[in-house]
Amino acid sequence: MKTIEQTTDEILTLAATHFKVSRAELQPGDDFYKKLGIDSLQALDLLTRLENHFNVELPDYEVQGVSDFHTLATRIQARL
Amino acid sequence: MLELAKYDSLGAALRDALVQWPDEVCLIEADREREKSRLTYRQFGEAAEPVAAALEESGFATEDRAAIIMTNQPKWLISAYAVFFAGGVLVPLDYKLSAAEHLHLLAHSQAQVLFVEYPLWRLITQTPAFREHKLRKVLVTEAPPNAELAGAQRWEEFHGTRAPEFRPRALMDTACIVYSSGTGGHPRGCVLTHENYLEQCAAVSPIFPFWPGARYLSIIPTNHAIDFMGGFVMPFTGGGTVVHLRTLRPEFIREAFTKYKITYMAVVPLILKNLQRGLREKFAALPAAKRKMLDALIGINRALTRSKPRPGLSRMLLKDIHAAFGGGLQALLVGGAFTEPATIEFFHDIGIPIYNGYGCTEACTAISLNDLRPFRPDTVGKPVPGMEIRIVEPDADGIGEVSVRSKTVMSGYLDDPEMTAETLVNGWLMTGDLGRVDASGHLQLFGRKKNMIVTAEGKNIYPEDIENNFEGIAVKEFCVYAANYIWPRHAMTGEQLVLVLHLEPGHTVDDAFVRELNRHNGQLLNYKRVSGYIVWEHDFPRNAAMKIRRVVLAGLIGKQLERSAVVSL
Repeated sequence: MKTIEQTTDEILTLAATHFKVSRAELQPGDDFYKKLGIDSLQALDLLTRLENHFNVELPDYEVQGVSDFHTLATRIQARL
Repeated sequence: MLELAKYDSLGAALRDALVQWPDEVCLIEADREREKSRLTYRQFGEAAEPVAAALEESGFATEDRAAIIMTNQPKWLISAYAVFFAGGVLVPLDYKLSAAEHLHLLAHSQAQVLFVEYPLWRLITQTPAFREHKLRKVLVTEAPPNAELAGAQRWEEFHGTRAPEFRPRALMDTACIVYSSGTGGHPRGCVLTHENYLEQCAAVSPIFPFWPGARYLSIIPTNHAIDFMGGFVMPFTGGGTVVHLRTLRPEFIREAFTKYKITYMAVVPLILKNLQRGLREKFAALPAAKRKMLDALIGINRALTRSKPRPGLSRMLLKDIHAAFGGGLQALLVGGAFTEPATIEFFHDIGIPIYNGYGCTEACTAISLNDLRPFRPDTVGKPVPGMEIRIVEPDADGIGEVSVRSKTVMSGYLDDPEMTAETLVNGWLMTGDLGRVDASGHLQLFGRKKNMIVTAEGKNIYPEDIENNFEGIAVKEFCVYAANYIWPRHAMTGEQLVLVLHLEPGHTVDDAFVRELNRHNGQLLNYKRVSGYIVWEHDFPRNAAMKIRRVVLAGLIGKQLERSAVVSL
């Protein structure tokens, strides 16, 4: 079983790779819309990649209003 | 299509639709790879009537109000149908709002009944204001077996014992209360009558006709005027099919086009731009020779479709692109916010007709629509049938505030005579948008007169409504404006909000203060955030009741400071 820290770290790495930003620039508390410069549809795209990576399914409503990596990590962690 | 002129209410028209097309497919519900359910019009009635009966047996009276907070799905439409059947008033709320905002609007609308999805209900019950709610009955859909329902009842078990009694309504009775925005201090609940809806449906249906077999992909939230009309009233009165997707992930939306051979889809500009980006990337990845061929075909298609769309011809010329859209697409409707002409042009060139339009909840959806005959992406089209447009106090270029008159215009804002009087003047709806009607009768928009913005997702945001989120910051006084309101410019996109700060004497903006501002800003949903601040060095002008005189202050700031004085957050 992964720890929440491991899950968060994997999310940040995946987001950095996919949206071509430096991993060192991303912190768990960051707002991913602002930090990655993405809109809500790109955020859904990120989510799909995370689902494939962690092999979980997150319904859209679970992530409504979520905008920081940490909260996203807790939602994913709850389904691992 | 039903002959709408003979009906007095939405409920009566919808009821007849179920009789008219009993064996046609009415709803398809799909979630990612699998189809979850499919209902004919007859089955829709069999699902909705027990809900109407249960409502009536629970004491729900004519004109009682029932709210819905659900994502787009069959139970939304089934519940709405049951409310109309029982003579009620529907209050459709945006599921994307926060739980606190939901409670605020439930209280403001005085809804007695609520239909809600379990995950959204769970959030509502965890909010402090939940203890004060006055809902008499709450029906929760899809709750897990052992879920704590906090006084609610399962929707799936909410069945009456007798056949329900259809309660007729009159044309001028209220059908819906729709919140166009304003979830802070000032909710704007548009009171829309049965006549408003029936007229709007009759005006728009000839342009986008539905027939048994025509399919509408519903992705704009159904509480929004566009989807309520395009994804409920119009397909039902024409015997068409509504396809609900339980996910908005782009790849599943793309799949749905081909899987369900979609005829129409309504989108907001943001989704359209996203589709455009995806197609552009695909084009760019083509080998040079193929790319050249594609460009030539696009050029031919463009030349042949200037005067009117020819979907059959475009489909032949640009087969692969059209196959990706399912091959049966008649039109993409874009609304909710202003769309850049270049985006509309992109789709037009590849033969996907984009019908852009202009409208607002206050006018029950559409005011004008581009009929593409000829293609005029620089405009928002001609007024829909029955709509009169008047430009108030036009300047030398003919640009002034757009005002409209029609049977589709709301009767007013719920419990707000002051705002109603400002908006409805001698029977004309003042839209707050600046526009001009050209010689061919097309409406062109040039910006806004009122202090508000509309995002690419179609959200209306009134700056006053987000001020309370900044309460407690260490300044003498502050307020929020739409940047274009202070510094007018002829633009409808890329609008921003600006925080105006009047600091305490001797204070300056330091790093700690900026962090504080960012903290407050970060608590807002991303589309509601201010993009920067300016420092204003004088007291805000205020009236006798100490309310900020916003028009005066905007004028003063606009004169003394340049837009470039805004510091980004």
